Amino acid sequence: MSTPLTTVHETVPGYPRVRDDYVDPARVLLDLPAISPLTFAGGSVGWLVTGFHEARSVLYDPRFSAERWRGDDTVRPIPRRIRENRGLGPGSFLSMDAPEHDRYRGLLTKFFTVRRMRALEPRIAEIVESCLDDLENAGRPADLVRHFALPVPSLVICEMLGVPYEQRAGFQRASARLLRQNVTEAEFEENFSALIAFVDDTIRAKHAEPGDDLISALVASGELTDTEINGIARLLLVAGHETTMNMLSLGTFTLLRHPDQMARLREDDTLVPLAVEELLRYLSIVNAFPVRVALEDVEVGGILITAGTCVAVSVPAANRDPELVEDPARLDVGRSRSSHLAFGYGIHQCLGQHLARTELAAGYRGLLKRFPDLRLAVAPEDVPMRSDMIIYGAHELPVTW
Amino acid sequence: MKMLVDIPKCIGSGQCALIAPDVFDQDDNGIVVVLREDPQDTPELREAAAVCPAAAIEFAAG
Ligand code: HEM
Ligand code: SF4
Repeated sequence: MSTPLTTVHETVPGYPRVRDDYVDPARVLLDLPAISPLTFAGGSVGWLVTGFHEARSVLYDPRFSAERWRGDDTVRPIPRRIRENRGLGPGSFLSMDAPEHDRYRGLLTKFFTVRRMRALEPRIAEIVESCLDDLENAGRPADLVRHFALPVPSLVICEMLGVPYEQRAGFQRASARLLRQNVTEAEFEENFSALIAFVDDTIRAKHAEPGDDLISALVASGELTDTEINGIARLLLVAGHETTMNMLSLGTFTLLRHPDQMARLREDDTLVPLAVEELLRYLSIVNAFPVRVALEDVEVGGILITAGTCVAVSVPAANRDPELVEDPARLDVGRSRSSHLAFGYGIHQCLGQHLARTELAAGYRGLLKRFPDLRLAVAPEDVPMRSDMIIYGAHELPVTW
Repeated sequence: MKMLVDIPKCIGSGQCALIAPDVFDQDDNGIVVVLREDPQDTPELREAAAVCPAAAIEFAAG
């Protein structure tokens, strides 16, 4: 039984980034075969992976490079700066391969172990409470993003890195702009430079006056240049708040639209850690990456991917693959833990995953407890969704109680 | 059932230590420490092996 290649593998004209019913992957993504040709933003034709097993094999295989400058991107062309400098600069290990990647990551894993994150739990709960106070004091209705979802992870990552929170304007704006899909070369340049300069100032301050924080520890280790520390700190700063922020807001939005699931959590708050895993899977906020480039010819799921071709993994689609869980379209906060790909897979799997889990559990728990009558203050269609951003979520979430 | 943990593959994700803390821990650098070489075959143990991003935890019969 053979089907002509042309019908099975019709080229997808561009990454289907707009979601259905606010949070579901675009229907077309779910109907595609596990791997199909895709036209990337820069015009090249590569592959789009939507199957769970195929996604894992790509992300696990060192023959697929994470060096973004080598290839193309899903929703926007690779900025000139990244192409010309062959990456985002020293220390930016998200887009590096082994062994360079492993050296940086190896210096950082100790700051993100399960134990370290458990020790942070009380402090994170305190931060959550103070942000809940702020939300409550803002008065009804209030924007949950501004008063809760953004400040919680921002405060946590600032404290961890030793970045003064009072100076958050210096990085929040730049990092938000860098994650826009339609960012221009000039905007990318401007905001990237602003972020470097901001982190430079922080590193200089740590040389003068070290604190009990991650940047000071990296400075003191003597193993890294300031340029490398800058790359690491930028990555942690951006990855550390944009992601958790969107999981907090989109997770809340989703629970509000599934009152039965919300009620289960209110009744039994020991379900919260499982609910966090399920929301990570169900929402898959990492919209249109990871992207990898084949360094040699590799076969995946019966398809030959030739050297130099890009492969985009659709996390939202792979996390709704029936090969991963039964009835994937159903949100079930009591579902047993799945091997979802919300944090990626392989050597780049999210470094901050336990920090994110801790923040999300504390955040959802605190919110449910403080506001027994939490609800949307506008119709769902009036919530501005982040269809224009690399990381999905809500720009604003007006709530009342 | 025999458990085989390929420690050099470990990337320190900590997922095993989160899911099956009776069997796995992390050392000061985040790398897996096997607390029980001959653990009981529990759903948590299988889950830890299934989610390991480095595919470092395997089982052999016997
Ligand atoms: C819910 C929240 C989060 C989600 C969904 C998420 C998702 C991801 C994903 C999918 C990757 C892999 C990217 C790839 O393979 O190319 C990744 C990597 C990474 N994440 Fe997260 N992340 C979250 C929170 C955080 C936090 C709080 C931090 C904080 C410090 C963080 C730091 C990183 C870093 C440093 C990497 C690069 C790891 C490497 O290349 O070895 N993330 N994240
Ligand atoms: S789950 Fe795998 S990679 Fe993560 S700590 Fe355990 S053995 Fe290492």
